[in-house]
Amino acid sequence: MRAPAELVSHIFRNPEAIQGFSMEDWDKLVRQARKANLLARLHALLIQAELDAGIPAVARWHFEAATTLAETHQGEMRRELRRLRALLAELEFPLVLLKGAAYVAADLPASKGRLIEDIDLLVPAERLGEVESALKHADWQRVGLPDYDRRYYRRWRYDAPQLQHLRRAMVINLHHAIVPDSARYRPDANKLRRRATEIPGFAGLTVLTSEDRILHAATLLSHDDGLSHGLRDLSDLDLLLRQAASETDFWSRLLARAEEMELGRPLFYALRYVQHFFATPVPDEVEHHLRSSEPGNATLKLMDGIYTRMLAPAHRSCTDAFMPPARAATYLRTHWLRRPPRQLLPHLVYKAFIGPYQRDPKPA
Amino acid sequence: MKLLQLPPAELRRQLATSGLWLRTGPFSLRLRSSIGSVAKGLGDLYGQFEVRNPHETFADFHVSVDPQIKLRQGLRSKVYFSFDGVAPFQPEPLDQAYPMLERGLDWCVSEHAHQYLMIHAAVVEKNDQAVILSASPGSGKSTLVAALALSGWRLLSNELALIDRKTGWIHPLPRPIRLKKDSIPLIRAFHADAYFSGISRDTANGSIAYMRPPKESVRRQHEPAKPRWIIFPKWVADGALEVLPRSKQETFQYLTQHAFNYSQLGTEGFRVCSALIKQTDCYDFQYSRLEEAVAIFDRLAASCVSTKAGN
Repeated sequence: MRAPAELVSHIFRNPEAIQGFSMEDWDKLVRQARKANLLARLHALLIQAELDAGIPAVARWHFEAATTLAETHQGEMRRELRRLRALLAELEFPLVLLKGAAYVAADLPASKGRLIEDIDLLVPAERLGEVESALKHADWQRVGLPDYDRRYYRRWRYDAPQLQHLRRAMVINLHHAIVPDSARYRPDANKLRRRATEIPGFAGLTVLTSEDRILHAATLLSHDDGLSHGLRDLSDLDLLLRQAASETDFWSRLLARAEEMELGRPLFYALRYVQHFFATPVPDEVEHHLRSSEPGNATLKLMDGIYTRMLAPAHRSCTDAFMPPARAATYLRTHWLRRPPRQLLPHLVYKAFIGPYQRDPKPA
Repeated sequence: MKLLQLPPAELRRQLATSGLWLRTGPFSLRLRSSIGSVAKGLGDLYGQFEVRNPHETFADFHVSVDPQIKLRQGLRSKVYFSFDGVAPFQPEPLDQAYPMLERGLDWCVSEHAHQYLMIHAAVVEKNDQAVILSASPGSGKSTLVAALALSGWRLLSNELALIDRKTGWIHPLPRPIRLKKDSIPLIRAFHADAYFSGISRDTANGSIAYMRPPKESVRRQHEPAKPRWIIFPKWVADGALEVLPRSKQETFQYLTQHAFNYSQLGTEGFRVCSALIKQTDCYDFQYSRLEEAVAIFDRLAASCVSTKAGN
């Protein structure tokens, strides 16, 4: 069987296909997987499938080096979370970990081979200042931003800008919402927080329930303008879904929660593309149920054209002539979803014509 | 097949089209460039390195050095280095094309090859005992390394000491030695056969050139060596010849700060670094004349052989 142009998801769907790989295929696979930030996860998959002996000697170190890096990251992350817990123990409310940090803390399969540089924390909007000042006392500092961006963040963004540790290569993002207040799909962050559950071994730190975690990942996918980690994020979603599927009533809880939070559309798209790339098992009833969230035929065709390109690794061996318009369309769509045109238009004008000519302030 | 067996026109053709497949130490490269000075630099300096059929399909690093825009007469173009679509450096003037390639190759290795503990240091070897030479810029480290490489020491590396995490041995990466232009007459006087190329004006550090690695070092580029000494050389004009023991603790700290991936390796980095320190003697070394410096190194290597024989 001739391998397709995009090899990373091909191998996730059919790991045993590596047995028929030519050296040219290995060359392409390593390069695409590196671009997609999935080398270590691919390695984990091949080990799990007991196929790693089939990695040719010359290509092996690329996978092993990526795994080494991912393991160090996760060790660092666990240490950092413990420090953070001690630091924020004074606060009377639990901190909710999101995304990569949550996968590591809860030891989910989605942490496998995952490089994690940021800690994403969900904090009640009215407590943001309190958390930030506690962090500042412990050598976390705001990352410098150009003036326009700083104003923009404060006004429209859903998260406070990043805090960087003075000595360690670690960054904290403080969120008080999942997406901007102005966004089309706006899950209520308080609803998510209320159900968060404590992580064994990390008292005081909590993570979202499986269905909320998946809805969160789905919503982010719809709002990510660059999709620079698109396939990695989708692979996270694949692993989250496969694991959650073993919980009792998971799918019905997921659908009910999507309805309650009005997130049917993002869930529809997320399941569509995670199946496309990773052949994630989704029960027929779920697909049937989500048909009410499906867009019109023309829109769906267009979205498929855009997202199947944007989510593939950004490597020239698997992109085509439609990539630039797909990229432009994604940028516009995500910003369209984030805020009404009245806000969007001035922002895009600034970013296109004024921003590039402003000199960046010197880093503090 | 060696690179010097490729006719220059074929070398240029491969570089401009399919890419040139080249092996340096443990890494295979696929190089693309349409720039004349890059082809010349490679032809001058990498003659002894293995090249393969351009249809060889696996390479560790796919890199290119290309003009930002099409070269037109009268238009000063800048060039950029790219690692498989990623440009880690700002574009630089055309005459920096060759140095940029060398810098880019160092970057590719130091960013990815975590199967090694990678230290910013030179390595030479004699009698199966390797010396790691580490120094801050301006200490004359590269000049000394060039002199040693021309005096029967095997060059393992001038910039990147690759410590195998499993064995603790050092893997060679004997690429050209980057030297300040002022060192060229010094090295020429030291050894008439030294060959230099890729001379270019470097705005930050003055003019630089590259010395071709010795044939024997390239031939043995797959033989790792056991680390025996860590030496911090310092050239002092008219200074006395001095070899002083250096504290291991201090050296350990220095190495962790000058390793490219110490923090990326986590506790493994600590383990490899500790093992390295344990099996090496550490010295501060001051010299003013290359001949004297090389003689000291030779004596060091000989002393080790005699102790071994005495055992």
